[in-house]
Amino acid sequence: MFADLPLLSLVIWLPIFGGLIVLAVGDRDPWGARPVALIISVITFILSIFLYTGFDTTTAAMQFAESASWIEAFNIRYALGVDGISMPLIILTTFIVILVILAGWKVIKFRVSQYMAAFLIMEGLMNGVFASLDAILFYVFWEGMLIPMFLIIGIWGGPNRVYATIKFFLYTFLGSVFMLVALIYLYFQAGSFDILAFHAVKLTMQEQILIFIAFLLAFAVKVPMWPVHTWLPDAHVEAPTGGSVILAAIMLKIGGYGFLRFSLPIAPDASHALDWLMIGLSLIAVVYIGFVALVQQDMKKLIAYSSIAHMGFVTLGFFISFMIFESTGSYSGSALAMEGGIVQMVSHGFISAAMFLCVGVMYDRMHSRLINDYGGAVNSMPIFAAFMVFFAMSNAGLPGTSGFVGEFMVILASFKANFWIAFLAATTLILGAAYTLWMVKRVVFGKITNEKVAEMSDVTGREFFILGTLAVTVLALGVWPDPLVDVLHVTVDNLLQHVAQSKL
Amino acid sequence: MQNLFLTIALAPLVGSILAGLFGKQIGRTASHWVTISGVAVSCALSFYVMKLFLIDGMASYNESVYTWLVSDGIKFEVGFLVDKLTAIMLVVVTFVSLMVHIYTIGYMKDDPGYQRFFSYIALFTFSMLMLVMANNFMQLFFGWEAVGLVSYLLIGFWYTRDTAIFANLKAFLVNRVGDFGFLLGIAAVLMYTGSLDYATVFAKIPGLTETTMQIFPGVDWSVITVMGILLFVGAMGKSAQVPLHVWLPDSMEGPTPISALIHAATMVTAGIFMVARMSPIYEFTTTALTFILFIGAVTALFMGFLGLIQNDIKRVVAYSTLSQLGYMTVALGASAYSAAIFHLMTHAFFKALLFLGAGAVIIAMHHEQDMRKMGGLRKYMPITYITSLIGSLALIGFPGFAGFFSKDTIIEAVHLSTTLDHATWVHTFAYYAILAGVFITALYSFRMFFLVFHGKERMDDHTREHLHECSAVVTVPLILLAIPSVVAGYFLGDVVFGDYFGDAIMFSESKNVIGMLGEDYHGIVGFIQHGIMGPAFWLALAGLFTAWFIYMKRPDIADTAKQKLGFLHKLLDNKYYMDDLYIKGFAAGGRLLGKGLWKQGDVNVIDGLMVNGSAAVINWFAGVARVVQTGHLYHYAFAMILGLLGLLSWFILGA
Amino acid sequence: MIPLSNYLIVAAILFSLSIAGIFINRKNIIILLMSIELMLLAVNLNFIAFSHYLGDSAGQVFVFFILTVAAAEAAIGLAILIVLFRKRHSINVDDVSDMKG
Repeated sequence: MFADLPLLSLVIWLPIFGGLIVLAVGDRDPWGARPVALIISVITFILSIFLYTGFDTTTAAMQFAESASWIEAFNIRYALGVDGISMPLIILTTFIVILVILAGWKVIKFRVSQYMAAFLIMEGLMNGVFASLDAILFYVFWEGMLIPMFLIIGIWGGPNRVYATIKFFLYTFLGSVFMLVALIYLYFQAGSFDILAFHAVKLTMQEQILIFIAFLLAFAVKVPMWPVHTWLPDAHVEAPTGGSVILAAIMLKIGGYGFLRFSLPIAPDASHALDWLMIGLSLIAVVYIGFVALVQQDMKKLIAYSSIAHMGFVTLGFFISFMIFESTGSYSGSALAMEGGIVQMVSHGFISAAMFLCVGVMYDRMHSRLINDYGGAVNSMPIFAAFMVFFAMSNAGLPGTSGFVGEFMVILASFKANFWIAFLAATTLILGAAYTLWMVKRVVFGKITNEKVAEMSDVTGREFFILGTLAVTVLALGVWPDPLVDVLHVTVDNLLQHVAQSKL
Repeated sequence: MQNLFLTIALAPLVGSILAGLFGKQIGRTASHWVTISGVAVSCALSFYVMKLFLIDGMASYNESVYTWLVSDGIKFEVGFLVDKLTAIMLVVVTFVSLMVHIYTIGYMKDDPGYQRFFSYIALFTFSMLMLVMANNFMQLFFGWEAVGLVSYLLIGFWYTRDTAIFANLKAFLVNRVGDFGFLLGIAAVLMYTGSLDYATVFAKIPGLTETTMQIFPGVDWSVITVMGILLFVGAMGKSAQVPLHVWLPDSMEGPTPISALIHAATMVTAGIFMVARMSPIYEFTTTALTFILFIGAVTALFMGFLGLIQNDIKRVVAYSTLSQLGYMTVALGASAYSAAIFHLMTHAFFKALLFLGAGAVIIAMHHEQDMRKMGGLRKYMPITYITSLIGSLALIGFPGFAGFFSKDTIIEAVHLSTTLDHATWVHTFAYYAILAGVFITALYSFRMFFLVFHGKERMDDHTREHLHECSAVVTVPLILLAIPSVVAGYFLGDVVFGDYFGDAIMFSESKNVIGMLGEDYHGIVGFIQHGIMGPAFWLALAGLFTAWFIYMKRPDIADTAKQKLGFLHKLLDNKYYMDDLYIKGFAAGGRLLGKGLWKQGDVNVIDGLMVNGSAAVINWFAGVARVVQTGHLYHYAFAMILGLLGLLSWFILGA
Repeated sequence: MIPLSNYLIVAAILFSLSIAGIFINRKNIIILLMSIELMLLAVNLNFIAFSHYLGDSAGQVFVFFILTVAAAEAAIGLAILIVLFRKRHSINVDDVSDMKG
């Protein structure tokens, strides 16, 4: 029944129009906007579930494809479709947005309808990014996404929000203009803006390198990779909890997704030639950022840095395959790395969301994010403490939680490339545990350090539901990741085959 | 069959979940009932599995339960490998765990975290069972880290104590250092064998003896050696071998029952179990075995020294655990895997007994752990006294007690290994180290024993008035553990020298010290006779006597020695300064590095120089450019004219 | 018959005068407006001269347009001037430099 519906258009436009409806509902009735927003996000999520159930895991072709003429003069089409890489990310998006709306239920006190609408519109735009098969459509969604995020940080953010929003906006915008140049160049080569046509275009090495670098600037900022990562801690610190969650859980994934959709298949030879750069930056993210995270005083900053470190595994997994080929003479192990990177993206979506929500729960009570203001939270909030320790452990990559799966796969695969790459990547076992658990020790455990901590009340039913849902998901994905990995196989194999073929 | 093993593993998990999530609703009594029945089911079934192997002659079971994930043609599965090696671990783990569960009812009865505690230890039992029943490296790693998690939770069980939450972070991080190596070892295994399944991997190992890899350019390493050493790094963390031993003494911050269960009997022996399980790998790498032997010997001897100067009753037992783990590791290094597992088993019983005995003393002393404030407890706590005596005698390897058989076998095996072709100075060193260790063990064990149960009563009057034997939930586990502490040794002939392990443990011909020893083995009595003639027995007696002489007869000697050997005492008191090295060196260094990278790298260079720098350049340029914008109309008009002139002349002259 | 060049020279002189008026004048905005009008007139003169010379009436049509626009411009300019004077009590050119960077 649902398979016949234009599901992708629905998951894009339902939240966008839903957001407009929420705006129209307004704040005259103080509780009007919230249920409407919730219902819309839940419906979107249910629709996205049908993407999974109706997904055919035996083909690498784009599924649920839609195509309509849009701007004929430039051969721009409204083309949508998902494969095994984008489909899980869409479900991740629709799932996280529900939690974000619930998380802002009581906390947001002014301009509620605008807040809810911003998230719904953003949801539609993000789904659009993942589903677009036309480069211009992709670009429109890509840039459109910045606007709601800009507003979310700028309106509901913390005291230094203006600096953070401008930094965030300029950083990401600077990156994406280079991408636009690359897209237009590719248009002249391919004759259309069809992304799949881009994949087939023959390019010289010089062209590939320039295009790769243009895409790299756009995606590296989004991921973010060292050294263009400094907008993230600032944006996270100033963003409201919901904003942080979306930023960490989904927006960062868009960078990783871009590498898979554009950089690797369009410029495979450049990716090969520059893999040392990507691997180097990824390892810097893991080790350097790991150390930086260790000394953060602000919980949100710490988690932001830990996000960067975890995203290092994503890029490492994507680009290690060339080095595996050079060291072992075959691409065996590349799929393990790439699937590991994708699993890491999805898993990080859940875990970072949970970590930011945990900080949000505390912030709502204490109005402080500084680690030193806390201590002994377990005494007044035992249930919350249990959640916090659980998510901290999954952040540290404990087996049995989803955080382990991706890291495990990437480390196993990178050993094939080079011992020292695996060695440096595996330091996350120590560093990740050190910065996360040290924070937990100072925030959650110990004696009650001040009266404010003693007065904190334990999680409410709503918060319990949010954190509980995430905990179950993280655990389920850790105990049985196969349902997720299964949908990736064919797509990843296809991509790797494509990448292995030189375009020169 | 699969359901049987699933039940063994999952019964404690169910108990743990019920007690953990619904502990408040179902109450304290129900919480301990669900967890104890879960573990009891596991324990009963474990004995049943043992019976299947021993009496019904069942073959090894190796099948997967479900596919965790498939990627790149590599199947990651969750499954069970149950052979006789697993069976022995199952019995040890579930039996000790059951005893500890029962004991906990008494030990924790006034604690507000009662349900939580039961949930944790049942969860631990589940994790440990998953670890020992694993049939692949992935699941092994899962169990490996899961026991680490529970250990973390339990060391920090009293989360308001600063020392406890310091110790649990330390334990987890040090273990993570080990796991770091372990994970790389697993990656090496996967790379060279293409599988993580034990059976597949072991089948491919013999074909890899000639394969080498370069970790440092130009230096060829045998891949099996690399695998062996990397995997052993994991064992060093979990089984607290030097230099990753620092967490174990601190882990005594946790409640005593878990010290007995996790930090003495089961979890810390996971490393020993792992190496024994990997014998088909280690048998092909003499280098890794020699490395293991060296680490084990250092641990066995030098950690024993530290036990001599501790005043905290639990810490003495903790250092003795470290030292005994060193013995097991030495046995592994000498290829005497079955001896290591046998010592693991006897040690589990008598060390759990000693810990629970210490716990009983601590309960009676109202949570006082300083031995200097004890003394003469013999008459107040007869059952504890007798059982602790049995435990101590077993620990020092007194003939007839369990420890004697296992430890003597290890010593004999190492002695024999010094005569083999591949023997090096490490083998000789190991032999003398563990011989010296026997003396040290006897000395600190009976120092503790005499200080606690004999001599002057040094406690205050208030405590003395309340001294009494503990309730049945405490004493019954003591008695039940005392029995195997004596009799477990009599299985020596069957387990070690017999054909008990079968295919579970592999020996290569050139290193088969156990086989050679087995040829001279003529029953228990002969073994005891032989043992009494050997140096180990006399060293143990000497240690016992020295302890008696110093701590009962002439207590002043101890003080004199302390003053005369000040620097030595200081060295031991500071635990060879290794804690300082880690805390002030690595931990503080890491923070310093982090701060440097953050302040210099992120804040100054990237944000300051690049981000804000480019903003500053634009700002400067705008500052210059604004001078042109005077706001006077005639200036603008003039610029227009100039521009027009310029364009016109370019148009006319240029074109 | 007066040759085309004469017309063009007059127009050029007018144009130059008006430019000079804009530059040299620092006192009065009204003179500025007058200079602009003068500049437009110079252009108009060129248009008509060329129109006649080339026999193309389009140039004269343009002149009508320009005259209309110039009239409107003068009206708006004077209106702004009045508002400016009301606010500043001055129509000194040097005082009007709000756009200074």
